[in-house]
Amino acid sequence: MVYFAKWKIVLVGIVCFLGVAFAAPNFIPKDQADLLPGWLPRQQVSLGLDLQGGSHLLLEVEIQAVVREYIESLVDSMRLELRKARIRYQGLGVEGEAAVVTIKDPDKVEEARGLLRALDPSTQLESDGNKISIALTDKALADRKNAAILQSIEIVRRRVDETGTREPTIQRQGADRILVQLPGVDDPERIKRLLGKTAKMSFHLVDQKNSVEAAMAGRIPPGSWLLPSDEGDGRMYLIRKRVMVSGDTLIDSQPSFDSRTNEPVVTFRFDSAGAKRFGAATAKNVGKLFAIVLDRKVISAPVIREPILGGSGQISGSFSIQGAQDLALLLRAGALPAPLTILEERSVGPGLGADSIAAGKIASIIGMIAVVVFMASAYGLFGFLADAALIINMLLILGALSFLQATLTLPGIAGIVLTIGMAVDANVLVFERIREEVRAGRTPISAIDAGYSRAFTTIIDANLTTLIAALLLYAFGSGPVRGFAVTLSIGIVTSMFTAIMLTRLFVVTWLRRTKPDSLPL
Amino acid sequence: MLGFNLIPANINLRFISKKKAFFAFSALLVLASVGLFTIKGLSYGIDFKGGLMIEVRTPEAAPIADMRKRLSGLGLGEVALQEFGQPSDVLIRIQRQDGGEKAQQAAVVKVKEALGPGIEYRRTEFVGPKVSDELFWDGVLAVSYAILAIMAYIWFRFEWQFGLGAVIALLHDVLTTIGIFALLGLEFNLSTVAAILTIAGYSINDTVVVYDRVRENLRKFKKMPLAELLNNSINQTLSRTLMTSVSTLLALFSLYFLGGEVIRDFSFAMIWGVIIGTYSSICLAVPLLLHLNVRRGGGPQAEPSKEAAAPASP
Repeated sequence: MVYFAKWKIVLVGIVCFLGVAFAAPNFIPKDQADLLPGWLPRQQVSLGLDLQGGSHLLLEVEIQAVVREYIESLVDSMRLELRKARIRYQGLGVEGEAAVVTIKDPDKVEEARGLLRALDPSTQLESDGNKISIALTDKALADRKNAAILQSIEIVRRRVDETGTREPTIQRQGADRILVQLPGVDDPERIKRLLGKTAKMSFHLVDQKNSVEAAMAGRIPPGSWLLPSDEGDGRMYLIRKRVMVSGDTLIDSQPSFDSRTNEPVVTFRFDSAGAKRFGAATAKNVGKLFAIVLDRKVISAPVIREPILGGSGQISGSFSIQGAQDLALLLRAGALPAPLTILEERSVGPGLGADSIAAGKIASIIGMIAVVVFMASAYGLFGFLADAALIINMLLILGALSFLQATLTLPGIAGIVLTIGMAVDANVLVFERIREEVRAGRTPISAIDAGYSRAFTTIIDANLTTLIAALLLYAFGSGPVRGFAVTLSIGIVTSMFTAIMLTRLFVVTWLRRTKPDSLPL
Repeated sequence: MLGFNLIPANINLRFISKKKAFFAFSALLVLASVGLFTIKGLSYGIDFKGGLMIEVRTPEAAPIADMRKRLSGLGLGEVALQEFGQPSDVLIRIQRQDGGEKAQQAAVVKVKEALGPGIEYRRTEFVGPKVSDELFWDGVLAVSYAILAIMAYIWFRFEWQFGLGAVIALLHDVLTTIGIFALLGLEFNLSTVAAILTIAGYSINDTVVVYDRVRENLRKFKKMPLAELLNNSINQTLSRTLMTSVSTLLALFSLYFLGGEVIRDFSFAMIWGVIIGTYSSICLAVPLLLHLNVRRGGGPQAEPSKEAAAPASP
């Protein structure tokens, strides 16, 4: 095996060249790397949030809320439909994920079935005697959930973008989760507050015929809601359930200041349909109170002094400047189809990130020097050759990370340092074997030949087992730990390559040039 | 000659004859580990237990006592503060909050309000009950699958006796690592699982190298008594085993001392793993083969030509 095929030499050359080329941009400042011409590799290793600082939020969409809301609206249309047809019923309500009703007159059941089935083609209807239950078909349910998740992601993206966060990553994870990564954001309290709001806004008339006191005592009229004030001062409002105009007809919203009181307010503008409805509703109810409701809380309940026909208006609650900005942002970005819950947060400040990078660099360099010195002193010339391969190995890892745009995390750096220590293993195996073969009386060439061929299977076996562990870690790990699995796996592959191909090429070249009588090993 | 040998070339240490001592020692280690794990238990980090972890830096040496007083007044349950790396850095741990996912979030806000302004938040992490349960089981699955996969690989490449021996050594390393974490009360979190998987990989790596030599020698020396053969195999690979361990330890010590506070426990776990893994592959994995009924002269790996030649030369 002292003979080295030409194509192999070329292959080794190409791999090393590519590795160095892709690693190179990491050694110049980022702004300069970005200026490199497009045909040159210019991507740097992308740093994980734990290194560059930033916030990782795992959100869950409360998807059941979407289903529940739909079923509730279905119940409302069932009530209307049955009343219109003068069919008497009882027990109309929600049962699990279905709307149920019992028809009093057995003769009318068939008619009711026909009417209710026509309500929504995506539902399926089951009946048991007089009891009819309607639920979404499995497919419609799945579609609706999926649409809600996709819409949630879109709204989250809009809200995050509106805050001016640079390069956020927002992606779906699993069935009903959203992963939000915000580089450079170390105190995500504002974003968390923004994401914590569903921001469903609607305009309602205030129920002035019934008293709030009576409602608070438990006698809430069927067409009304008893809702608290948004200010948390315990004030309650009795408002009509019927939506006068819904918030999804808003097309713009901006924070502003009231021209008279100079207090922060939020201005808004409807689209043409919304403007028409708002105009008509306000024209009919001049002198009455209407309520602006956000997430089932009343922001304010002003008097309609005159018909509002221009399609725009302003909300004056008692906002802080930040509060007005946030509300305007939420209204601009639109409402979430369902509430979000934050399941997990991991935020790292830029200070800790920078410290980790610095510590990681020092640990890698010192570890590298220690291993290089150790190898050189143990194996002499061969040790130097292995050291050269080790340095190229590091460049290959860096190049592979840049090329694959894999994320480098703090455990990832640990993986690299570990690789520095373990990468020489393959060389150690070969060199020890060569030593043995020399002791057994072989000539240098045949000892090297035997050393490489006998150590080969051992190297493969030993490395594949570690690779198995690393791949499983990747499959089951999350976040930074995955970064460790990535660098460890890349490190195993590159160190196998450098040991089996590169060091061997060095050794063989040296052997051919000098034709030694004995090995300096 | 430039190089040096960590150990003399023709070393012949009697490993196999001391196997009883090794077995006893290892059994003791494993029993102690299991005992510590069941009685003392592991101090799980927020990854597996849920809760809050906040690392802060104050402008001067941190007033830990004052901070503790302010935080324990919040009614958030168990609050632990510890200096982290330097006097101005404090790591705050707060137990998982009752009341589901939203309660964790609310607790973060409370803590930040209580600590007031002028503090650098270096790290804020909270893990809700749902995610921590998932992470825990993912960790258990990852380690179990890794052990199974490695066992399958060894079984496929060697024979079942070797697979069993390797896995016993592997379990020994994993269990004692868990034991040392319980003993020292180190935080057991996601990176510890990563470390354990790496230890598993390293331990097997070491074992495979020695086993490879055993297999080679089994083919070469059909008449040699198994104990002697195993002992020779260990000695022949001893130099490599130690060289690799030392070089890996050099890198890991650099990581332990210079890599920063955040990954110190992680580095410690791996240092322990390399040491125990080296020990177990030499003193456990190989002597175990004596008791696992290793087949001599043949087996799937033996060259057929030798098999055919055997009857002709009795």
